[in-house]
Amino acid sequence: MVDDNKHTQPVQDEAEDATVVDTATDMSDTSAAVTAAAGGDVGRPLVSDRVRQAATYVAWAVGALIVLAMVLAFLGVDAGWPTEVGFSMLDAAVDPQTAAVAVAVIGLNIHFGYTGLLNFGQAGFMLLGAYGFAISISEGVPLVFAILIGFAASGLFAVVLGVPTLKLRGDYLAIVTISAAEIVRYVGRAGSPAVVSERTGGPQGIEGQEFRGPINDLSFLGTGDFSIGSLDYIQTGANSWWVRLVAWCIVLLCALVVFLLVRSPWGRLLRGVREDEDAIRSLGKNVFAIKMQALVLGGMFGALAGMLYILPASLVPDSMGRTLTFYIWTALLLGGAATVFGPVLGAILFFVVRILVTGIADNTVPDSVLNTQQAGQFGWIVIGVSLMLLVIFRPQGVLGDKRELRFNV
Amino acid sequence: MRFEGRRTAGKAPVARWLLVAAALLGTVVLVGGPAAAETEACRASAEQGCLTGTLDTGEERLADVEVLVTPVDQQGQPLPGVEPTTVTTDDNGVWSFAFSEQGRFQVEIVEDSLPDGVDALPSENKLLKGPGNSVFVNGQLGGLASGQPVILGIRAEGFEAEGSDLDYFLQSSVNGIRLGLLLALASIGLSLIYGTTGLSNFAHAELLTLGGFLGYLLVNTFGLPLWPAVALVAVLAGAFGWFQDRALWQPLRRRGLGLIQLMIVTIGLSLALQYVFQLVDTETIRITTGIPESLQIGSIGITWQSVIAMIIAVVLLIAVGFALVRTRIGQATRAVADNPALAAASGIDVDRVIRLVWTVAAALAGLAGVLYALVTNGVKWDSGMQILLLLFAAVTLGGLGTAFGALIGAMIIGYVVEVSPVFGMPNDYKYATALVLLILLLLVRPQGLLGRAERVG
Repeated sequence: MVDDNKHTQPVQDEAEDATVVDTATDMSDTSAAVTAAAGGDVGRPLVSDRVRQAATYVAWAVGALIVLAMVLAFLGVDAGWPTEVGFSMLDAAVDPQTAAVAVAVIGLNIHFGYTGLLNFGQAGFMLLGAYGFAISISEGVPLVFAILIGFAASGLFAVVLGVPTLKLRGDYLAIVTISAAEIVRYVGRAGSPAVVSERTGGPQGIEGQEFRGPINDLSFLGTGDFSIGSLDYIQTGANSWWVRLVAWCIVLLCALVVFLLVRSPWGRLLRGVREDEDAIRSLGKNVFAIKMQALVLGGMFGALAGMLYILPASLVPDSMGRTLTFYIWTALLLGGAATVFGPVLGAILFFVVRILVTGIADNTVPDSVLNTQQAGQFGWIVIGVSLMLLVIFRPQGVLGDKRELRFNV
Repeated sequence: MRFEGRRTAGKAPVARWLLVAAALLGTVVLVGGPAAAETEACRASAEQGCLTGTLDTGEERLADVEVLVTPVDQQGQPLPGVEPTTVTTDDNGVWSFAFSEQGRFQVEIVEDSLPDGVDALPSENKLLKGPGNSVFVNGQLGGLASGQPVILGIRAEGFEAEGSDLDYFLQSSVNGIRLGLLLALASIGLSLIYGTTGLSNFAHAELLTLGGFLGYLLVNTFGLPLWPAVALVAVLAGAFGWFQDRALWQPLRRRGLGLIQLMIVTIGLSLALQYVFQLVDTETIRITTGIPESLQIGSIGITWQSVIAMIIAVVLLIAVGFALVRTRIGQATRAVADNPALAAASGIDVDRVIRLVWTVAAALAGLAGVLYALVTNGVKWDSGMQILLLLFAAVTLGGLGTAFGALIGAMIIGYVVEVSPVFGMPNDYKYATALVLLILLLLVRPQGLLGRAERVG
């Protein structure tokens, strides 16, 4: 599927190799100029091929390990902590919140992967969608309209952010989106004025039962427990099979929408804007409008993600802050930007790998060195470092195409 | 521990919050008078734990107030078969409670025992808040000999506001200038890095947190005197900046990694550093405990630490400004910021300049961090993130990449953040004000205040 993209790529073909030499033709670009000034060893690989090869083997081994542990856990094998960690990973892999993050990543993929927009406020879009949905339901608005209100809130947010920044250089959008997302969170968690905090619930947010009802009423599953393998959840309710079914169906639907969109003429325009804005402008297209459409569309995916995110739990504004945005970015780069299934795989891998690292650190390192809480923090450090390594050594992620990520804004 | 900015205009009598940070290391107790240990004050040891606190309205210490301590389970339900204990405050307003088994306690002021006109208040800390006006505390054995401080909120009614709105405005202005100066110290480096390399460094604020944590370690663990420790923090942070460029940014520049990719690397670094800080401590840490001495000019109160911090910031800002304008290396820096290729062509060692910029930027940020931790209520592993948004707002407001723009932007942002509550902006929104200001400015002047009016699209 990824290979189809090649025909639409405006970049020239190059050997699929890490030692590809950056052509650095644009001398006005600061980094290229600095690099040239630094002695011209542009594109010098940081590590030898042997190290790269070894890293690839390690990655495959870890992948196999994850699958094995999860399969054993699914079959109900009890082999001590490895299968316990395996079960946690399995649980996280089917979790509705993982699905929600996957939808958010799909939205960010439209922004960054296809259009090259630096949106660092995806969690803000999620939060707005979630608030729009949850407050509408608790005020008695029918389900369909509540969802539409969530979309509208997020879409409006995208327009407000886009107008001042989309004509500017990319980093302006980054700074404004991260700031605006924080404003949304500040307003949501503020205790005053009363007219706002009565509806948003302040820092405590909105309880799940306030907005979960209409979705669960649609359930055609029964009540009571149901288990597949070792996975055992209630059929309808907060953390149920029904919520999982809805969430993952939406993920597939979103992936399908993106699959169709990026193959349309509009999708080619997006990529054109990403690769060379001026070229698209010279073809008589309105680049600002295209960027705005992409920002709004990706933001709506974010809104949908926000609604899904709160469905199995409750709406807590602080759970949708900058850190969530950074997780979404990590997941996108992990899975592979500018691919259809990269975001989904990335979201699952992000949570699963973190549990793996934390689980191994917790169970093998003695408590005197690293207790359970510290193992959790260690897991996040690993996430941060792997984000850095990923961008440096494998910017295309697991599924991506390196040539799609050579742009600069 | 006065909280400025909580007065709501038009409500008389104005109720003032007086949260009493109780007996932090016993300093508060000592202020009250020489006879701190009139009653049998509890001393914590390996076998015995103590909960203690001081009830102080700011005007007087409340004697003979009953405090009810109930052992509870983790869910906050009273333990069966264990009776609550009532302890009474002594003449200095100090109460203490001794226990021999670790556990959770619910602590509550018995309202009836409070003098007329004084009310108990629910805790402002969500994590500690119990039902009604009570708080939950996890009692530990050992620890501070003077006992674990427990903060109970009380409010004296009928307090007439002693200051006018003008005083409030002046006090906020001083706080605003203080915040602005510290932001300026940090944002000049951020702006210079952006100017010379084009990189938006999302990990810049972690340098501030690093400064705060280093200060804490040097002063509290190694026992260094405060101000030498502050100087050492700047040196260590600068070394970290040098190392960062040497080990990470220079190799990546040589490799020709794109700016976006570099920016995401800074995000990864910021995330990793934050959790490293969390490994060190998850709570707010304070470099100096105790109540610092303060200077009173008319109605404006400011701690000496703040005064010194502001002087340091002003001196350093002038020094950096002078260096940028007058010295050769400063001119070289500005040349690189202007056009790296041209600078290289005229014989400037671009890599050396960038290395220097990283070192100075990190040193200034670390210094700003330790000063920030000193003048505010300490630093937490994630406080950098909150400051980062203000830094970005400052840098963008002044014009991306211009050092003096960052200075002006930082002063404006710092001032607006602190003064906006005076003009009726709820305290919860004061950071939002700065960000809204930024978005509005981008609409009318996208290049920022001092930025060149070039095409930035």
